[in-house]
Amino acid sequence: MKPILPKPIDADPALAAFRETCLRFARERIAPFAFEWEEAELFPRSLYAEAGAIGLLGAGFPEAYGGSGGDAFFPLVAAESLVHGGTTGVVAGLSSHGIALPPILLLGTEAQKQRFVPPVLSGQYIAALAITEPDTGSDVAGVKTRAVPTTGGYVIKGAKMFITSGARADFISVLARTGDDPHAGLTFFVVERDRPGFSVSRALKKTGWRASDTAELSFDDVFVPTENRIGAEGTGFQALMHNFQNERLALAFMGHGTAEVALNDALAYARERRAFGREIARFQVIRHRLAEMATRTFAARELNYSVARKLVAGQADPAQIAMAKNFAAQTAVDVCHDAVQILAGAGYLRETRVERLSRDARLLPIGGGTTDIMNEIIARFYVSV
Amino acid sequence: MKILVTAKRVTDPNSKIVLRPDRQGIVTDNVDFKMNPFCEIAVEEALRLRDKTEDSEIVVVTVGDEETTKEIRTALAMGADRGIRVAADEKSLDSDVVARILMKLCEQEKPDLVLLGKQAIDGDNNQVAQLLAEYLGWPQATFAYKFELTEGNKGARVQREVDGGVETVSLTFPAVVTTDLRLNEPRYASLPGIMKAKKKPLTEVTPAELGVDMTLKVTTVAFEPPPGRTAGVKVKTVEELIEKLATEAKCI
Repeated sequence: MKPILPKPIDADPALAAFRETCLRFARERIAPFAFEWEEAELFPRSLYAEAGAIGLLGAGFPEAYGGSGGDAFFPLVAAESLVHGGTTGVVAGLSSHGIALPPILLLGTEAQKQRFVPPVLSGQYIAALAITEPDTGSDVAGVKTRAVPTTGGYVIKGAKMFITSGARADFISVLARTGDDPHAGLTFFVVERDRPGFSVSRALKKTGWRASDTAELSFDDVFVPTENRIGAEGTGFQALMHNFQNERLALAFMGHGTAEVALNDALAYARERRAFGREIARFQVIRHRLAEMATRTFAARELNYSVARKLVAGQADPAQIAMAKNFAAQTAVDVCHDAVQILAGAGYLRETRVERLSRDARLLPIGGGTTDIMNEIIARFYVSV
Repeated sequence: MKILVTAKRVTDPNSKIVLRPDRQGIVTDNVDFKMNPFCEIAVEEALRLRDKTEDSEIVVVTVGDEETTKEIRTALAMGADRGIRVAADEKSLDSDVVARILMKLCEQEKPDLVLLGKQAIDGDNNQVAQLLAEYLGWPQATFAYKFELTEGNKGARVQREVDGGVETVSLTFPAVVTTDLRLNEPRYASLPGIMKAKKKPLTEVTPAELGVDMTLKVTTVAFEPPPGRTAGVKVKTVEELIEKLATEAKCI
């Protein structure tokens, strides 16, 4: 019997080797503890150092700052593979630096890059990105958190919401308003967690991604020196748009990875579970359901790979990335739903992987911009009247 | 110190094996392949030995088709220094031919130590190392679960698991040692290691260039799947269990 999905074809053999390393890490270092960490709503901090030691956190980051090298495809393969550990929350937590560091690398000074990047890629520090606020999400122009100039730096006041790794991050890349222009008035700052006035308002309780720490943060007149400002005033929006492409594609890759795990679990169950005297995989309703799950998962992966190749070639297309993200996210939700149906009672138990993934998958059409926001991006490119 | 270590390509131990309808082999279409787990342990031990000694070099060797280059790259990514692939089709090989190929390579490379997995998880032949040591006239220790260098790195003290206990053997280099499951836990091929491996030297050589006689001593007639497991028996009492173990299973 052939595997239900063909192996991905990688142009670079190093990518295939890296996928094996990531899958082994997921199998040995995440999967055995997935249930425990999900129930505890946290995974041990030491996992960052373990992932850092094998160059996993540094995937796609320049060697000059402690990265492992490789192009933008490498962190995407990490996202796809680590989901095989059976908890998307751990993957999200482990990769929060993937959105927190790029603004520093894009706009920061050499001193800022040396100060903030290497300790995160080695797993010593945890980094988070803070854009969303209680009253504003994809509508970035609505950011209200303010950074007011003062002697030697800025004073930041405001609140941030839904921040992945927010509760235990050592530093946070914060988007704040330095001017009134909706877009040109935005600037990134690095805020270290021990700055007076910074606090974690609450750790948020979520449907899925439970092993990932997600927090609401409060900035109550937090002073940061000028050397914590990333880039010139007003450059934040540009850096953020750049960030979105990688973030959305990473979520898309988690989508087809999640679907693949759910499909494999459902397939294995259907081949074992007997009803009415035979394995349920022999019933046409189940066989055809599995066939459709495989088709959608394969299609999502191939679309993601196609769009990712363009990103790596420097031809990132925001509308196509939005299409890939929407399709893979919905595929993950649908395939997990079908997998739970096939496992039935067993699929409703918290200890089974498809139960967990079906809750985790629900985040994918929301995070990084909802399906509806993605559709608006696609429409802006292709639908004109 | 120079260490020659082998890396055989085998079907992924986590994948399900299916026999071809003609019974001449297994279905390889869409099957994952990886380095033999016992070879990974040999590579790991070689890396640890290199860290404990000065001016050491690890040469990783495989025998196989173009695809087996991947297993050499994996060993290089783990940290080995250079690779040699002896180009050969798997059908033209048996344990004895592989041992003779390795003998010729040892004559060329003059390693102090040859480390091999105790057996490959596909054929489970467990012959290459023993044949190689015999052909070379070198001492051998198989199934190593503990390995210590002796003074001056002139030899090693090897503990091997045998029925009912542990046997300790001392040997003088050059020597042949095979690795067992509990010797170590192989490291991950890190991403920086994978990137560095791209630039490490990998040479290719044919058995003809090495002057190896490729006459097979073993030919495969056919593969058969193991018989399916039959259902077990339930016993009611401990006495009945003991009686069945003694009279039917004949194991007590």
